[in-house]
Amino acid sequence: MNKVLYSSISKKFVMALAGSFLLLFLPVHLGINLLLLREDPAPFNQAAHFMATFPLVKIVEIVLLAAIAVHIIWGIILQIQNWMSRPVRYNVRNRSETSAFSKFAFWTGGTILIFLVIHFFNFYFIKLGLVEGNADNFYSVAHQLFRIKGYLILYLVCFFLLGIHLYHAFQSACQTLGLNHRIWTPVVKLFSLIYALLIPSGFAYIALSICFFN
Amino acid sequence: MRIKLKIWRQKDAVSKGSFATYELDNISPEMSFLEMLDALNKSLVEKSLEPVAFDHDCREGICGSCGMYINGYPHGPVKGLTTCHLSMRYFKDGETIVIEPWRAKAFPVIKDLIVDRSAFDKIMIAGGFISVSAGAAPEANSVNVRKKNSDAAFDSSICIGCGACVASCKNASAMLFISAKISQYSLMPQGRPEAKERVMSMVSEMDKQGFGNCSNTGACESQCPKQIKLVNIARLNREYFKAF
Repeated sequence: MNKVLYSSISKKFVMALAGSFLLLFLPVHLGINLLLLREDPAPFNQAAHFMATFPLVKIVEIVLLAAIAVHIIWGIILQIQNWMSRPVRYNVRNRSETSAFSKFAFWTGGTILIFLVIHFFNFYFIKLGLVEGNADNFYSVAHQLFRIKGYLILYLVCFFLLGIHLYHAFQSACQTLGLNHRIWTPVVKLFSLIYALLIPSGFAYIALSICFFN
Repeated sequence: MRIKLKIWRQKDAVSKGSFATYELDNISPEMSFLEMLDALNKSLVEKSLEPVAFDHDCREGICGSCGMYINGYPHGPVKGLTTCHLSMRYFKDGETIVIEPWRAKAFPVIKDLIVDRSAFDKIMIAGGFISVSAGAAPEANSVNVRKKNSDAAFDSSICIGCGACVASCKNASAMLFISAKISQYSLMPQGRPEAKERVMSMVSEMDKQGFGNCSNTGACESQCPKQIKLVNIARLNREYFKAF
């Protein structure tokens, strides 16, 4: 049974499921972030407070953290196995036609992980009381951060890479889950493109608006 | 045509290899790639040098023996062709052609351009068969198969097991090969009774042989000389989940 649970296909199946769950979370996060565009900090802070205290959200939060952990750990294990499967590299670079979005998924994912750690230090760990900070007014914390040019550039780069990762993510998850169809796969690809453009653009728009126009 | 060849030379499985450079004149554009290598070997033998070892058999694009990595492409730069069908007219006069063996942990180099592809045989032994005695060919209408399924089964059965999918994949994954074999059996009624055991055994053997994991980059599909499609990998995944 262990062989089945830890087979290459099972690991990818778990990774795809965890990744798909994360895809559901991003629009919710974006929806809350849109409240940062309002002049009144209360709605955003109330939403942040609700997310931090509502019991059902707490359960979802645990599932979400587990999904992030599984997606990262399995991703690293699979990548190490992939490196080990070709100990001697080719002398001439492989010129086979391939999807760059999928090819660099590990590296775009790695960059997102670095951002996630920074993001956790700025918000999540403060909420948990692990790091000192103003947990009651994340609105002002976010506004201050977006006015730091270095942070803004890092934020935009990370969300650009997130877009690349997301474009690969949904269609790849469908393929891994066995969903490949003559009619529906092009629709999935189109949806992936729209999602990958819309979500990171939304986050970037909020950051840029706060930095330059607020 | 005048060409320059950079070929991987390796005495045996344990020796360290390196590239050797050869120059060839009077290569006809109508020659196949393997005929060009024959011409090279003839000139090497005439000089009492060791000829370049490379796999070949049918030279008709159906045996899958002649796999080699040419200028960054498994089977060369032309889509849908095996190395034996690759013609020298696809190369320029004066071009340098770099030839390497397949590179994968599961395909160790035996000599020069020859790799040990018995990992594929082991996967087939694990489950790539129908173990019932099929007897004589049945009357055509006694077993009804949907046209769509029989076409898809046929399309996947043309996989020649050359290993180009493994060679082109950045992860050296064998998923396209296995998926073609799984599809070939699972789409036909004769293959259904053993479908679960087959997919479990073949995937388990694939992992044991040290192939990498599929990351859906599609390089295998683009380099497959028989143009086996990625849809087979999705079918393999479905068959695997159904087997739980």
